[in-house]
Amino acid sequence: MTIKERLEQISKENLAKIAGSSDVASLNDIKVAILGKKGELTQVLKGMKDVAPEDRPKVGQLVNEARAALEQKLEEKMKEINRRARAEKLKRETIDVTLPGTRKLIGHRHPNQIAVEDLERVFIGMGYEIVSGPEVEYDRNNFELLNIPANHPAKDEQDTFYIQRSASGESRDDILLRTQTSSVQARIMLEASDPTKDRQLPIKILSPGRVFRADEVDATHSPSFHQIEGLVIDKGITMADLKGTLAQFAREFFGEKTKTKLRPHHFPFTEPSAEVDITCFKCGGKGCRVCKGSGWIEILGCGMVHPHVLEMCGIDPEVYSGFAFGIGLERITLLKYEIDDMRLLYENDTRFLGQF
Amino acid sequence: MNTPISWIKAYVPDLDVDIKTFTDEITLSGSHVEGYVERDKNLEKIVVGKIEKIEKHPDADKLVVCQVNVGAETIQIVTGAPNVKEGDLVPTVLDGGRVAGGHDGSPLPEDGIKIKKGKLRGVESFGMMCAIEELGSSRDLFPEAPEDGVYVFPAESGVKPGDDAIEALGLHDAVVEYEITSNRVDCFSIIGMAREAAVTFKKKFVPPVIEVKGSGGNVNDYASVEVVDTDLCRRYCARVVTDLKIGPSPKWMRDRLAAQGIRSINNLVDITNYVMEEYGQPMHAFDLDTVAGHKIVVKRAKDGDKFTTLDGQERTLDSEVLMINDGEKPIGIAGIMGGENSMVTDSISTLLFESACFDGTNIRLSSRRLNLATDAASKFVKGLDPNLALTAINRACQLIEELGCGKVVDGVIDVYPEPVSEKTLPFEPDKMNALLGTDISKEEMLDIFERLELKYNSADNTLTIPTFRQDLLCMADLAEEVARFHGYDNIPVSLPHGESTAGKLSYADRIAGIARDIAESNGFSGAMGYSFESPKVFDKLLLPEDAKERKAVSILNPLGEDFSIMRTVSLNGMMTWLATNYNRRNKYARLYEIANIYIPKSLPLEELPIEKQVLTLGMFGDGDFFTLKGVVEELLEKLAIVDGVSFEPGSSRPYLHPGRQAEIVKGNLKLGFIGQIHPEVGDNYDIKADCYVAALDMELLTKLSSFDRKYEGVAKFPAITRDLALVMDKGIFVGEIEKVIKKTGGKLLESVKLFDVYEGEQVGEGRKSVAFSLTFRDKTKTLEDKDVTTVVDKLLEQLKGMGIEIRG
Repeated sequence: MTIKERLEQISKENLAKIAGSSDVASLNDIKVAILGKKGELTQVLKGMKDVAPEDRPKVGQLVNEARAALEQKLEEKMKEINRRARAEKLKRETIDVTLPGTRKLIGHRHPNQIAVEDLERVFIGMGYEIVSGPEVEYDRNNFELLNIPANHPAKDEQDTFYIQRSASGESRDDILLRTQTSSVQARIMLEASDPTKDRQLPIKILSPGRVFRADEVDATHSPSFHQIEGLVIDKGITMADLKGTLAQFAREFFGEKTKTKLRPHHFPFTEPSAEVDITCFKCGGKGCRVCKGSGWIEILGCGMVHPHVLEMCGIDPEVYSGFAFGIGLERITLLKYEIDDMRLLYENDTRFLGQF
Repeated sequence: MNTPISWIKAYVPDLDVDIKTFTDEITLSGSHVEGYVERDKNLEKIVVGKIEKIEKHPDADKLVVCQVNVGAETIQIVTGAPNVKEGDLVPTVLDGGRVAGGHDGSPLPEDGIKIKKGKLRGVESFGMMCAIEELGSSRDLFPEAPEDGVYVFPAESGVKPGDDAIEALGLHDAVVEYEITSNRVDCFSIIGMAREAAVTFKKKFVPPVIEVKGSGGNVNDYASVEVVDTDLCRRYCARVVTDLKIGPSPKWMRDRLAAQGIRSINNLVDITNYVMEEYGQPMHAFDLDTVAGHKIVVKRAKDGDKFTTLDGQERTLDSEVLMINDGEKPIGIAGIMGGENSMVTDSISTLLFESACFDGTNIRLSSRRLNLATDAASKFVKGLDPNLALTAINRACQLIEELGCGKVVDGVIDVYPEPVSEKTLPFEPDKMNALLGTDISKEEMLDIFERLELKYNSADNTLTIPTFRQDLLCMADLAEEVARFHGYDNIPVSLPHGESTAGKLSYADRIAGIARDIAESNGFSGAMGYSFESPKVFDKLLLPEDAKERKAVSILNPLGEDFSIMRTVSLNGMMTWLATNYNRRNKYARLYEIANIYIPKSLPLEELPIEKQVLTLGMFGDGDFFTLKGVVEELLEKLAIVDGVSFEPGSSRPYLHPGRQAEIVKGNLKLGFIGQIHPEVGDNYDIKADCYVAALDMELLTKLSSFDRKYEGVAKFPAITRDLALVMDKGIFVGEIEKVIKKTGGKLLESVKLFDVYEGEQVGEGRKSVAFSLTFRDKTKTLEDKDVTTVVDKLLEQLKGMGIEIRG
């Protein structure tokens, strides 16, 4: 038998063995039997000394080819076996993916807080600075500087909680629980007009916060609730700017298709004043339970800052003008989430809070 | 404020819009419509029918069969009404028509009730004769209607078969309810609303022409008026009527009053009410024969004076209450209510009419102090135009004459020391356009002003403001008038285009946001509560009598004790909510709140209290002290408040478990506290579970927080770890040992980790074993064992001094 024939025989026999093997161990045995120290191919190589020197390169090539072919086959087979073994393992590892996930206990933002932050985000995007003011206030900031002097009927309308009143009737130095976040307007304007303070004109602020009125607790009233006040003061601010600002706010907060409508109204500290309705965000204006069939929802009060208010706060109304608006936060929260009883907001039952 | 459209139309005769357009448009021009009632809602095919013949029903005792002439034909109707008789004219609904409701006056169905021909006990019926309730009305509005049975037109109504019965009853009308703002005193009247409607719809406004014929004589011969306190009574007008004939007022007046919800009394009372509705001016009628000395004196009462008002109540007065007196005694509380002693009765023969302008603020305060709210007072408190007083009294006297109710004596007593004059304001179209952002022509503006009865004086370019518009005081007020009739809808839309500003949250808000995020990521949900609470809270929290927390800001006029002081501790809210959750059988609850407590600098307050924002965390079920402590640690670490922070064991807070509370401090700064709620406090809140709470001063956290981070290279040299198992008395706190380890470990000590605490037999009674893992590393070179050994030996020496041994 020539070496060539011998090689062919080895190849043929072993390729068949490889193909027939089905586990890693037998494959390794085959490998040793061919390529090991006493392996068949090794033996062939040992016989190379008997080959004529001129034939040696050719024979060497033949051996290498046979060896490469066998090694390749061995490797392929090894991969195949491993793959099959892994596939079986994976099959055994099948789990019920419909079982529930492992959850960490996560808390929830209070719905009112979610609404505040959503509103803040919209106005921050429009260049507003978020500021705050004290909840216990002087009469002058809550009333007097907002064009609501002593004995003004609007004071009765707002059912003020007083902390302290001067002996002789109402006074600007009375201390009270603020009835409106508009008190921050007065503070900010005074600050901006005071050369010793850092704040300067123009003013563009948003001030969310807690306010108080002597309303008994029921499904739609609370003696403590929240408002968000907006104020812009600059040269050349117009009512058209107010309309544009509120329209943009409404679109960003309530949805791109929301329309706004201003109705004339009266607030002592703005002139002209308006109440603002938006197309119902539940039904889009067709009329539903939320908007009581009208298609519109009242969301805020606003107006051009009254020149007398500017003047009292040290800002020249001949040079500056501005607008202000105030939003009742709970109203927005209740409408948005269709919560039918305001008391739920203050009970803090985790089954309620967990829904937001 | 309610007005029937029909009454508005009386003064705006050309008004020809439907109710929907009317309410929409007048809302947009500033008179907000809250709602309206169409009085002819669901009333269809209802005509006047004449009962020609009545026969017994063959099979029913309580029914009769009527032949009813409805104009075009005569139809048969079966009815159970007990009051029908031949010849009566009655509202009759025809086959296919509709009525508003049932005859029992129960709530009206939304779509009314359809009427179809049918058989009643076998006899055909082609319609229905209607009771007033079936027409959606009531005997309050139609007192002539029978209590039980169909409505019968009175003979004087002049109706004939086939007429529109709804028209005949004046029900083709709607009553509109407005929300009038406090600045528009003039709109609390039919005249005011009619003027608004006329301007809104660009129609002619035709107010009544007031003319009093008079019957001779001189009012000054009958009575005299003296106003002592002119500061509270700017004007007092009086007229005298003789030969009074008290009787019913005509139907048109009764109808109009009824639509306003006012019941007809007699012609005299009706006239005063009518004028009050029409012009917004309250008036008062005195029986002149009961007025001593026929003299009226207007002056303040004296403190402690007693006075019986016409409702029979005795009231105690004070020196700020303005009184109407006669020559001897008080006879009425000015602007609020008359006295029993001068009440008008049916036997009156001579009348003194009062129409005055009292100070609104004084009336408001008096009405509040006396706890006496009347319709008249509600008009005065808004601050009436003094010039209205004379108009109204003349209008009333005109009606007295027209209704044949008495003879009006010539002349008016008019005490009006300082007449108001019409103001003028400059006409500044450019400024108005600049404020509104509009380009409205001068002509359009002047047209609006003219319709509002503002007079333009071209000579000096000013506008004269009528006295009934006391709300128009400056350019911005005029701009609003222009805007609302030009239409708010027609103002363009733009955005402020001045200097750009940076939108931002305050730094404190950012810190609060991080606190919320961390609390929520640990299972705590945001809670929201009240700022005021009951002083009983201090007892519930076991605070001693002299606790500084008891020094709280209190509210002068609280809604009750439960809401009477501003909270100085934040725990009451938290405990209340935890208890709510516990008692509703929630297995666990974790809540947080970021809100203020209110600390007075002095009491009574001399300045505003300190408002301290506090983060309060509270929980029960599923977790213990260390669960909560972990949350606090996580927050402090996030805010980079780590160095020098410690949880000092304490026992000073009475509301916390004495052995499970800690003060959270950084150096000498008190960041807050943490602990388990004292079980007695738990009992006070009716919660049996162990509760854990923590409170942190947000202002301090904000001040101490930092986001400056500097990257440090990842360690290049290997670390050496040593585990120490220490045995000690149970009373020694781990925190103390940690402090010693950190101090002694010095620069080489990278970290200390507690990994085991053990108490039990193996270490003996009253002892515990604590195991730490210490990691040492030198950042500049490879550490050698001996370096570490030196440090550890020193450490063990130190610990030994504290009675702590290494576990063998």
